[in-house]
Amino acid sequence: MTVIWHAAKANRRSVIKGLIAGGSTLAATASLPRYIQAQTSEPIRLGFQLHRTGIGAAYGRWYERTATAALQVLNDSGGINGRPVEILFEDDGTDPKRGAEVVEKLAVQQNCDVVFGTLFSHVVMGSAPRAGELKVPYLVCSEGHHVASGALDRWTLQPGITDVKSQVQSMAPWVTQNLGRKVTMVFPDYAFGHDHRDYFTAAVTAQGGEVIEHVAIPPTETSFTRYLPRIPNDTEVLYHVMVGPAVLTFVKELGEFYGSGSRPEIFGFIDSLEAVDITAPGLEFLDGTHFWEGHPRFLQQDASDYETYYRAAVGVDENGASAADPRDVTTYAHMFSVWETLFSIRDAMEAANYRTPADRPAFVEAMESVTEIPASIEHPQGAKLFNGKTHQVFGIQNISVVADGRMNVVHTTSIDDGLYEDEVDYTTLPF
Amino acid sequence: MDFGPFLLLASLEGLVMAAVLALTAVGLSLVFGVMRVVNVAHGEFFMLGAISAWFVVDLVPGPAALGFAAALIISPLLVGAIAAIADMTILKRLHYEPEATIVATIGLLYIFQQLALTFYGADARPVEAPFSLRIQFPWFGYSGYKLAVIAASVVVLVGVWAFLTKTRAGLVMRATQLDRETAQAFGINVDRVFAGVFALGAALAATAAVLVVPIQQAHYLMGGDPLLLSFIVVIIGGLGSLRGTVVAALLIGLSDGIISVFFSPTLAKIIATLLVAMVLVFRPQGLFGRRPA
Repeated sequence: MTVIWHAAKANRRSVIKGLIAGGSTLAATASLPRYIQAQTSEPIRLGFQLHRTGIGAAYGRWYERTATAALQVLNDSGGINGRPVEILFEDDGTDPKRGAEVVEKLAVQQNCDVVFGTLFSHVVMGSAPRAGELKVPYLVCSEGHHVASGALDRWTLQPGITDVKSQVQSMAPWVTQNLGRKVTMVFPDYAFGHDHRDYFTAAVTAQGGEVIEHVAIPPTETSFTRYLPRIPNDTEVLYHVMVGPAVLTFVKELGEFYGSGSRPEIFGFIDSLEAVDITAPGLEFLDGTHFWEGHPRFLQQDASDYETYYRAAVGVDENGASAADPRDVTTYAHMFSVWETLFSIRDAMEAANYRTPADRPAFVEAMESVTEIPASIEHPQGAKLFNGKTHQVFGIQNISVVADGRMNVVHTTSIDDGLYEDEVDYTTLPF
Repeated sequence: MDFGPFLLLASLEGLVMAAVLALTAVGLSLVFGVMRVVNVAHGEFFMLGAISAWFVVDLVPGPAALGFAAALIISPLLVGAIAAIADMTILKRLHYEPEATIVATIGLLYIFQQLALTFYGADARPVEAPFSLRIQFPWFGYSGYKLAVIAASVVVLVGVWAFLTKTRAGLVMRATQLDRETAQAFGINVDRVFAGVFALGAALAATAAVLVVPIQQAHYLMGGDPLLLSFIVVIIGGLGSLRGTVVAALLIGLSDGIISVFFSPTLAKIIATLLVAMVLVFRPQGLFGRRPA
């Protein structure tokens, strides 16, 4: 802090004048957004559990960039409650065991006010209990249904991205009406894949369709051709979702397997190709296939101003690659959740008048009271509805078709399409 | 899919796996046979081969085939050189004591992995195949490149066999394997032979990795699977026996391919591991290994 010493001696008049001047200055600065002196100007510290290495590294790289860009915007607009904000990134190696240690390190050693940013569902499942024990808010960007299912506790929230159950439920009608009714699913054989298996199967059945085969693939698998003969010949729609470093192999081998022969309609989650260039050699067969995208990787004709602003701020070109290196493809369909979660944290902290870690319960309550979230620069993916009881947000989903090396959105679901009955009421649980 | 085409696909997948596995495991087996070193870092030489292939292909301009050909030559040489240096600076100073070398190669494993993470990054990156021929069977399509991998692996294995049996250097290696001290008494520079064998073993793993990298992607954690499978193959085949290693690689590769297509890949792994246990109990020297005198 700068202190200016006045040479003149203080007398009663100058003191009164000074007080009046100071008072009016204070009143003036109160309307300014830049770090006004609240109770403390010490930065708010947000811990980021980052998949910098391990199988989630491609996501981690872009989650870090998105968080850094969002932080810049946040601090430029005055931080939180007038306090600057810091993000402390800590690598968890995409490993659940390390994940719990990272939560502990961020909360206890680094004194972070909240922890956020986790994507991979097995890391969330490994880390959330520790966050609950430490009573630190844990805001995940993971898509898993584990939050809304009631498997976790009051401290874990997912305000930035729709969960898988809602995603697949909202898209199933379009798939059965436009692509086919006999579906074969290929998915990773763990929690995230099981969400897809359970809820998409149920959603397809509800639409009068049928899932005729489930092909579960061990999460560490690197070769996939051997699984593909299990896809029945009378499959009308092949539904695929895959994660990890071997996703490109999976999609390539799928293309080789069907070759120039007849193939079913293919509907995939873009997870199978996040951070992968869809024009890579061997992926030509994807032309005409459909993808779910949480957020369209390619800039669409009718993109909102929020969307263009967000894209530029993170440094992404109109093809969804890094503006600095066109070979560095983003994880665009997921990383918006980091941006949106950061601003949700701000809003809840301001609503709770958050000052110290003692205000953490108030912060969680403030977030639980959020309902409608309009589309804005803070929420560029689109409007959302937050359910405070289930700690889960619900947003729109996009279905895109691959054409000429681009993905063009052909259908956008409504928020209502993805709503389902509450399975838990976290607000009744103690802190 | 009908039984016939199903079996064909399973066998093709199994053969590709066997081909890559044979190259990798022969390298491991050679190192153990001659040097009596259990090289836990063998999988990382595989990984280094894949990653250096990515760098070479990235640097060489022109068609994909040219870059790939360059990688096929440069990567094994480079990885071999790294292995030779590791041998001369570390293993030699430990006097090749079994316990010490296991610990040292575990250390190397982590060092290589972290170096790859630091300089290459955590991403899985693809290398374009030298050609994109696709064979369309009536029932399914298959990558022509994968068939080329099988052929290339056979050529390299025949080359290794010819090198060991027909050349003077091969003779020297075999002499050292048979009796280190007598070989030394006959004026063979055992230190140099060891460095050469360690380099050759690593170069074979790197060759396998270069062949596999257009199918999979180069990733810093990719060394784990080849290491485990190589050990399985080498234990079943008999440590130090090249013929046993190749036969075991075929056995494991084909059974893994077929069992995982018809039943499940997990079952294939269970059976392979069970086979290792059986071999260790009933024939500890391996199917083709010689009982130590």
